Amino acid sequence: MRRENEKPLIEVRDLVQTIGTQQVLRGFSLPVYRGETLVLLGKSGGGKSVFLRHLIGLMRPISGEIFVEGEPITALSERQLEPIRRKIGMVFQDGALFDSMRVCDNVAFPLRERGERDEEKIAAKVAESLALVNMTGHDQKMPVNLSGGMRKRVALARAIISPPDVILYDEPTAGLDPIVSDSINRLIRRLQRQLAVTSIVVTHDMTSCYHIADRVALLNEGRVHFYGTVEELRSVEDPVIRDFVDGRSDEAE
Amino acid sequence: MGFATLLGGILLSFCTYFGQVAELAAETFRSIFAGRIRVSLTLRQISEIGFGSQLVVIVTGAFTGAVFTAQTFFQFANLNMESAVGPVISVAMCRELGPVLAGLMVAGRVGAAMSAELGTMKVTQQIDALRALAVHPVDYLVVPRALGMLISMPLLVAECIFFGIAAGYLMATQVLGVGSAYYLLNMYKFTEGEDILMGITKGFFFALIIVFISCREGLYARDGAVGVGRATTEAVVIASLAVLISNFFLTMGLNIIFPAG
Repeated sequence: MRRENEKPLIEVRDLVQTIGTQQVLRGFSLPVYRGETLVLLGKSGGGKSVFLRHLIGLMRPISGEIFVEGEPITALSERQLEPIRRKIGMVFQDGALFDSMRVCDNVAFPLRERGERDEEKIAAKVAESLALVNMTGHDQKMPVNLSGGMRKRVALARAIISPPDVILYDEPTAGLDPIVSDSINRLIRRLQRQLAVTSIVVTHDMTSCYHIADRVALLNEGRVHFYGTVEELRSVEDPVIRDFVDGRSDEAE
Repeated sequence: MGFATLLGGILLSFCTYFGQVAELAAETFRSIFAGRIRVSLTLRQISEIGFGSQLVVIVTGAFTGAVFTAQTFFQFANLNMESAVGPVISVAMCRELGPVLAGLMVAGRVGAAMSAELGTMKVTQQIDALRALAVHPVDYLVVPRALGMLISMPLLVAECIFFGIAAGYLMATQVLGVGSAYYLLNMYKFTEGEDILMGITKGFFFALIIVFISCREGLYARDGAVGVGRATTEAVVIASLAVLISNFFLTMGLNIIFPAG
């Protein structure tokens, strides 16, 4: 796996961020290349979701810089960020569906906001998008009547209805049964192959990681502790990485 | 030292708060003038705010008008000035009671609903989801509410005034036995267009105060359900107080444009 000379699509340099009194990112740097799926591993509360929120300007770093296609984005205003956000979709951890709208209106939201008025076309795309996440037949329900996993899948359908160049997934398989998890993994793979979507996936799920990752980054103590391919991850001997990957806590028995 | 620090702190947080509300208002008006208006959402807000608030505004206006008439009558009757009750009621309803009562009722009913809805959206990341989908929360959430308020509030004020005066008239003529012709004649004689205009103008200002304070509270909500509860309480309390305090200054200021009497 290639392309050390290629310019990254997204480049993160020395990101620093604190939440309350805790410094969650301490000089976090990461390149993301076009068309690849990068899996970001790390402990719960370690700043992975916080990092994702920076990529679309939902949070601003204390210091450091993020470049999207070479353009620095951390100093952009809310309105200047809009073109960037059209290119980068995000699937939130618990879906963040609009609870005043039915499932179908949630999924259709990005289309309608971009000026699509042809209701037949919208309905067809919504049906297609819901079918991709195995949620056909739930389109008239309200989000409060869905389970956590279903909400997550609807959120995914909303993110891919007009596919962006980059999709950020915040724990897409957490809390899902293994079969649905597998279908989500396949979907992430398929979007990458068919539409050349670049994906950044935050997860704890090692099965999912092995299934979808082109590259893996491990976040530890606010920095990237490991960055490499899945094969390199399997063979590396570093105890921090091995404990995480093999699922061992350092507590004494 | 301690007192100065406390006073400085209060002043600073007041300025910060005022700045946040003003910034929200400025962003909203920029969006409105740039034409970023969602008509269907605005219509929904008009129905929600305007149509939905009618009952409380009418009941409040009517019953206040009726008791105000009764008390004024009891005092004026001692002076044999029963027929002067009409203009007192109508001028007071137009200039002060109508706008303030409607403002307070709307601050309670609509302000609470707005801050709770926006606050819940904030703490459940729905506002972040809007931003992530390249939709500005001010365009989508605040602009329709602000327009809804600006359109509904003057009408609600007018309704409150009308029902207050009507209830006062019925109270005076049907219950207290004031002659209808005298009551109406004096009322028309001393009530002028300026009185009504002043009430309606106040309605516009109260609409702005209520909508921006409530939306600010919702958009800045944090800490889950407790935070939404706090935001809602603050929205109602601050908006109500702001209506009452600004009413004083509006009366002073508008009296120059629409002089009384």
